[in-house]
Amino acid sequence: MQLWLIPILPLAGFLINGILGRRFSKSLVNAVAIGSVVLSFLWVLKTLLALGALQEPHLEHYFTWIQSGDLVVNCDFMVDRLTAVFLLVVTGVGLLIHIYATGYMAHEGGYYRFFAYLNLFMFFMLVLVLGASYLLLFVGWEGVGLCSYLLIGFYFDKKFATDAGNKAFIVNRIGDFGFSLAMFLIFRNFQSLEFSQVFTKASSAQEWVLTTIGLLLMVGACGKSAQIPLYVWLPDAMAGPTPVSALIHAATMVTAGVYMTARSNVIYNHAPGAASVIAIIGVATAFLAATIGITQNDIKKVFAYSTVSQLGYMFVGIGSGAYAAGVWHVVTHAFFKALLFLGAGSVIHALGGEQDLRNMGGLRKKTPITFWTMCCAWVAISGVPPFAGFYSKDAILAAAYEHSPAIYWVGVITAGITAFYVSRAMFLAFFGEPRGHHHPHESPPVMWIPLAILGVLSLAGGFLFNIPEYLRDIFPPIHEADNPALVYISVAIGFAGIALAYLMYVARPGMADSLANALKAPYQLIYNKYFVDELYDATVVKPLVGGSRLVLWKGVDAGLIDGTVNGVGARARDVGSVLRLLQSGNIRSYAAWVLFGGVALIVMMGLAGGIR
Amino acid sequence: MLSAVPISWFLTLSAVLFALGVAGFLFRRNIITVFMSIELMLNAVNLSFVTFSYHYKSVDGHLFTFFVMVVAAAEAAVGLAIILTVFKNRGTLNIDDVDSMKN
Amino acid sequence: MNLLTGVLFLPLAAFVVALLLPRNSGAGRTWALLSSAGIFLASLGLLAYFDRNIGGEQFGVNIPWIQSPDIHFAISVNGVSLWLILLSTFLTPICVLISWNYIKDRAKEFYAFLLLLEFGLIGVFLAQDLFLFYVFWEVCLVPMYFLIGIWGHDRRIYAAVKFFLYTMAGSVLMLAAIIYLYVRTHTFSYPAIVDMLGSGRLVFSPNEEILLFLAFFIAFAIKVPLFPLHTWLPDAHVEAPSAGSVMLASVMLKMGTYSILHYCLPLFPGASHACAPWIAVLAIIGIIYGALVSLVQPNMKKLVAYSSVSHLGFVVLGIFTFEQAGLDGAVYQMLNHGISTGALFALVGLLYERRHSLEIKDYGGVATAAPWLSTVFLVTTLASIGLPLLNNFVGEFLVLQGTALANFTWTVWAALGVILSACYMLWMYQRVFYGELGDEVKHHMPDLNPREWAVVIPLIVMMVWMGVYSQSFLPPVTKNTAMILKQTSVNVSYRVQAPAGAKSVEVARAR
Repeated sequence: MQLWLIPILPLAGFLINGILGRRFSKSLVNAVAIGSVVLSFLWVLKTLLALGALQEPHLEHYFTWIQSGDLVVNCDFMVDRLTAVFLLVVTGVGLLIHIYATGYMAHEGGYYRFFAYLNLFMFFMLVLVLGASYLLLFVGWEGVGLCSYLLIGFYFDKKFATDAGNKAFIVNRIGDFGFSLAMFLIFRNFQSLEFSQVFTKASSAQEWVLTTIGLLLMVGACGKSAQIPLYVWLPDAMAGPTPVSALIHAATMVTAGVYMTARSNVIYNHAPGAASVIAIIGVATAFLAATIGITQNDIKKVFAYSTVSQLGYMFVGIGSGAYAAGVWHVVTHAFFKALLFLGAGSVIHALGGEQDLRNMGGLRKKTPITFWTMCCAWVAISGVPPFAGFYSKDAILAAAYEHSPAIYWVGVITAGITAFYVSRAMFLAFFGEPRGHHHPHESPPVMWIPLAILGVLSLAGGFLFNIPEYLRDIFPPIHEADNPALVYISVAIGFAGIALAYLMYVARPGMADSLANALKAPYQLIYNKYFVDELYDATVVKPLVGGSRLVLWKGVDAGLIDGTVNGVGARARDVGSVLRLLQSGNIRSYAAWVLFGGVALIVMMGLAGGIR
Repeated sequence: MLSAVPISWFLTLSAVLFALGVAGFLFRRNIITVFMSIELMLNAVNLSFVTFSYHYKSVDGHLFTFFVMVVAAAEAAVGLAIILTVFKNRGTLNIDDVDSMKN
Repeated sequence: MNLLTGVLFLPLAAFVVALLLPRNSGAGRTWALLSSAGIFLASLGLLAYFDRNIGGEQFGVNIPWIQSPDIHFAISVNGVSLWLILLSTFLTPICVLISWNYIKDRAKEFYAFLLLLEFGLIGVFLAQDLFLFYVFWEVCLVPMYFLIGIWGHDRRIYAAVKFFLYTMAGSVLMLAAIIYLYVRTHTFSYPAIVDMLGSGRLVFSPNEEILLFLAFFIAFAIKVPLFPLHTWLPDAHVEAPSAGSVMLASVMLKMGTYSILHYCLPLFPGASHACAPWIAVLAIIGIIYGALVSLVQPNMKKLVAYSSVSHLGFVVLGIFTFEQAGLDGAVYQMLNHGISTGALFALVGLLYERRHSLEIKDYGGVATAAPWLSTVFLVTTLASIGLPLLNNFVGEFLVLQGTALANFTWTVWAALGVILSACYMLWMYQRVFYGELGDEVKHHMPDLNPREWAVVIPLIVMMVWMGVYSQSFLPPVTKNTAMILKQTSVNVSYRVQAPAGAKSVEVARAR
């Protein structure tokens, strides 16, 4: 089926734009960048139609990438239903965001560079979901990390942007450390890295091995999908242009961790301990990030913490064994979070770069299309039935209740907080009186058409795409008691969050500030993101750099090792400096020494009794 | 005729010549003089070789003498060349000034 | 006489011709470029006629050289040394090109030494006679000493002397061990000695074996350099001219790792296994230590030099896993390091030619002034930190996978180095290329010119090729390393079977 065409097309776009793009006009750059993604999307559609029901995974072998003894890594691509879902989300949402970006980036420098990176990202993301072995998945995994680094640091003359890029790459590397160790263990135990082989052998492996592998894979997923303790890079990643935040840091790349853990479901099914850890980390992240989201004033930061929080939900789904629900949330989240970010981008665009919620307000009238499309995302993320987020979040929470009621309750409270902070952002931006000194204008059609499409998907995505049904063969549904009370509770909490936000930011606007003043200490703690960055800086970064400089470099290298070597040299020189007195450089003194030596020799021979 | 002269006289002369050579080598500063002192020492040794050769009626001493003469000739050629170069480069023949190996 | 002899002696001939060229004309560099390119083409012929389907040595030449002691001019090439020779011949023209305008003083001699160095390096990888090997080992030392000492930066004399003394200290031990082996076996021939070991005609007592192993290993470990014998490397790199740094990092360090693989393992299998845990720990310390020290270097070349300590730690670690994947990864990593670190030094050299500084703080904003230079540097940086689809990833993966098969704890520690490599390289890249463009940089930072493109394109192509399709390179390596592994384990098993009194077994004469 020529699966390789799917990722190769964006790669070609990257190469053309990357090498020649500087000489291209903007429309030519657009044509190459969008054209390659359109072709890729169409090829995905054609492939999936041709493959039909996909009851069995479809595998294609291209070449052997690495071979060393028994260790063989093939370059194989595979499509099954899980991959199909991700392929459609990545190329579909990716295409919309590409189109949007042509409007958003129209007045930015480095236009061709931006689209080249975006295409490169598409390539790696598609390799990630198509790869038929852990190592190929890892190729895409690292590659999307690279593109994330490049795009976060897109404005490379700004130090905060490049700092954020470095942070993203390095924190992800810490996650990859876990992922790669997991791969090494997988090969050590199963003699293969190919999914089909690994999963066949995994079901008969010892539990502690699978638990270790599962936990190490989870470390990798925590890095890429921004979970505790490695979530710190994602909020900073908002330094990149907004379409990047939508595509990479909301809709696709950050869900790679969910894809990987869902793909490894066989391992987690046999390692319940590791799965529980995932669920706990997921719910803790969801709650923590949601609370931070309440206090942020930068509209993109609010949505960034929201992303971290929603990814936490997906992990709750994975950890509770409801892989299909997790993947479903990936899909719906891709719709509504991409929409929120693109909408935020549209607002920022309208206000000429303003990102602070405190300087917005009253945009409902000025940018009606943006407002109404973002409303779709608002109701979707708040869990209002029957919109997209309601279905997937509800499926996750129901599974979580089966797994552990405690996780369910934290999850429900988080749902309320979610509804609250999104409503807060919406009220602050679109309601009330304008607070800034801007002259807002609605975005051009090339930007609002993708918004509209995503809006429709956010509203209807839930009942249109029944992902758990589609993935039934891969992830058998877990038996859960039909408990309508759970649904009522989460819906009620969602409405309560919206209502509270309305009360605090529309009905009685002073209330939020007075509440913040009343609860100064906790507010400061949350506003400063629990001081996690500062904690990492003080406990890891500073000791590492300082220790390396003072102890290792100046101490061990220059002091101990060179000191020892130089010490040996110095002793040798001391001996030499005594001996060199003989070598005066004066020829006549040498001659005198020769004479002295000759006489001494004769005297000694005489004393010894002469030569016989 | 020669037999009238005792061997010790030749050897004494050789020793005196050698000592003169050594003294010249040690105490003169002109390179040329030093060089000539070396030649003097070599010839003093040649004298004792010839003496012993005659005394013991053996040809070995003569052989050695020829060797020494060849070496001395070669040495004179190389040595004079060096001396010329030294003089060209430094403008002096004082042996104490040629000490760039020091330090 | 065959193609191999030709490849070996062409650089020597080119060296002699270079010496005869008129002084102070452009002829030196032109000749060096033409001849080194020709040598590269000749070595490609070697690749074409190399039979990939058989392991072991090919193109063997064996001519008696000295009657007593019995020294032969014995050379041949195997699946590992083939690539290292190609690496040497590939990088020499590149070194000529990066020195093209930089070396003005005594240019003819510079290029002559470069060619002499190439001769020595090829010889080291080819020699099958221990004495001949020693001769080539020392031949490499001399031109590098002069390249650093004459054309280096301010503290060049110190660096050159340090380099020379460290290497000499090791090679004296090695010479002693070689002579001891000759006394025991009456031959310098490496295949003959391995043969005797394999058939049990030569058995070392455990103490004897350990001492001999250490004598060889220390000489090689200094060259690698293995922690804690590495302190000559940063000084030598910082002071050397770009071409010297490239040859030093890319090929000379591989003399050490190749020799460990080729000599230490088959000759002293028991001792290799006995010392492996200690050496692996040193290698891991080197990986982490080199990375941490790189993190805080204010000087670009020093940073890259310490990163070499870290990367070469992976190579040594891979060798002492005694796993197929580990050995293959180690060899692949040698080649990768040759390409990507060579490219890093070349690119740092290009920056130095423009801004006349190696200090990171003197740069900033280069990406604005010279976008292509920055792009190329970025690709090289990414290769160096092991991004998939670029060369280093394959090597690191194989080494770590091999280590995981041998001892999983080692893998955990070694993999930390992969995190740290991202830290130091990206941090340097940020400080040099990103940020606001200063006036100093702005006026001295033209983008790549055609000559510089000719330097970087082959390197980038190799990085991508080796990363995407490693099957072009790995099969001959695997054949050879599998043989080394077999020799190592056979010789060990013989030792295990041999009774304790086996040390009294008289040595069979070689002839």
